[in-house]
Amino acid sequence: MVLVYIDLVEGKLKKSAFEVASYAAETAKLLGTNAYAIVLGNSTDDLTSLGKYGITKVHTVAAATAFDAQVFTKVIADAATQLNATVVIFSNNLNGKAIAPRLSVRLKAGFVSGAVALPDVSNGFVVKKNVFSGKAFANVAIRTGVKIISLNPNSFNIVVVDGSAEVIAFATPVDVSKIEITATNKVTGEVLLTEAEIVVSGGRGLKGPENWGLVTDLAKLLGAATACSRPVADIHWRPHHEHVGQTGIAIAPNLYIAIGISGAIQHLAGVNRSKTIVVINKDPEAPFFKAADYGIVGDAFEVMPKIIDAVRKLKGA
Amino acid sequence: MKILVCISKTPDTTAKIAFADNNTKFASDGVQWIINPYDEWYALVRAIELKEVDATTSISLVTVGGAEADPIIRKALALGGDDAIRINADSHDSYYIASQIAAVAKEGGYDLIFTGKETIDYNGSSIGGMVAELLDLPYISLATKFDIAGTTATVVREIEAGKETNQANLPLVVSCQKGMAEQRIPNMKGIMGARTKPLKVVEPITIDALTTLASFDLPLAKAGVKLVSADTPEELVRLLHEEAKVF
Repeated sequence: MVLVYIDLVEGKLKKSAFEVASYAAETAKLLGTNAYAIVLGNSTDDLTSLGKYGITKVHTVAAATAFDAQVFTKVIADAATQLNATVVIFSNNLNGKAIAPRLSVRLKAGFVSGAVALPDVSNGFVVKKNVFSGKAFANVAIRTGVKIISLNPNSFNIVVVDGSAEVIAFATPVDVSKIEITATNKVTGEVLLTEAEIVVSGGRGLKGPENWGLVTDLAKLLGAATACSRPVADIHWRPHHEHVGQTGIAIAPNLYIAIGISGAIQHLAGVNRSKTIVVINKDPEAPFFKAADYGIVGDAFEVMPKIIDAVRKLKGA
Repeated sequence: MKILVCISKTPDTTAKIAFADNNTKFASDGVQWIINPYDEWYALVRAIELKEVDATTSISLVTVGGAEADPIIRKALALGGDDAIRINADSHDSYYIASQIAAVAKEGGYDLIFTGKETIDYNGSSIGGMVAELLDLPYISLATKFDIAGTTATVVREIEAGKETNQANLPLVVSCQKGMAEQRIPNMKGIMGARTKPLKVVEPITIDALTTLASFDLPLAKAGVKLVSADTPEELVRLLHEEAKVF
């Protein structure tokens, strides 16, 4: 059986949950077995809907509410052992990064993080993962009986099937956490950067935070998340959580639009997994054009209003 | 407070990524090696800042690697580590490395273990969590802020769509990212002093890796950029809609 850990964000299922559910179901198919899910905490979404992504059973542990990697690891390890999981799958998202390595130790199960494709089971069990910050891939063989994989967000297409999952409470003790959550600050009303299909990003070429309407207007029309280059975050034109690149967030949207960003190698390391890259820069020598699919050599202040108009017309907005 | 900072040697961020021996090894010829930026800028510098506030704090460094890792250890000592331990082994996989670090950590009895959020070469983001599980300690990952009062740590960590503040008692394992501290440059006094700071080389414990790196691939080269004239930006919108079909 393939067991997938489904992360809840404020009680809700996010896109990464459907990605890992599909990935687990497809992995199970390769191995001729079923895919089960485990959900910790209280879901306000209907968990039977995970059946639409190929999950046949959902095991829930409602008592595990506050996130603590140590506590969650024990619960998932109990489930994996009692249900005889041979593969355990996580999203390589924030919580996945905290739990999956712990589980690897606890179950003595080989772990590959940041997978970008289904495992190759034709000769052993080999998982393709991102390495060198998106500049290469490694094929890693897992040698243990139980295997753990974390899937990079936006790396696997969701497969929708007909089905409804059976939801069952899984009885297991939940330890008292040694970590107390004393405050939560949420960025609300924005598209999550790591889950966004489209990201519009600005660099120093925009000359100042007062010009960011060129980025946010386009993002709003496209339902996109907004991002920025490192210098822009460092000089506080934009908040740090928008910084994409080697030392910021790594993203892999379908479309990345870079406005006034030259494309230093450190920036590319965070965005080079984007499927389509558009670069708008007035410097024809900007290195970003080498990594781009589409580009305009031109002044963002002249070009962007026309692009925003054209998108507005297209969207009928 | 005794802090252990885990550091790793990685290729410079601008290094050319190529492979040798039938794509089974990283082609390291002519590559400049650095301290993994997350380990240096965030984990180590935050540890140094904590020591600047409380002089009774000690900072030990640990790395897994051969003698070729010594220059980066000396640089970390120059920045402000007190002593270092190099576990004399090639890296096999995350589990192997974490097991070596956990063995050293157990012996040293540290209050706080810092790692970077991931290395920029393997991008595993695993060592902190694995070390914590091996030592049965709480783990706070992807921290953007760390403060200590007595034996209680207050840590801000990144969550989906925001930040969360956690409190936990030492001992604790924390993985560090942007926000924790700012990059520093070692000064001459630090560089001179680093030469005489203790660097202990220990042999690895016997443990089997759980995974094997079979081969590397490079991504397919891009077809090349399709340029649209700045006079007709609406053409770009048409191409994205009709050809790339991205919106």
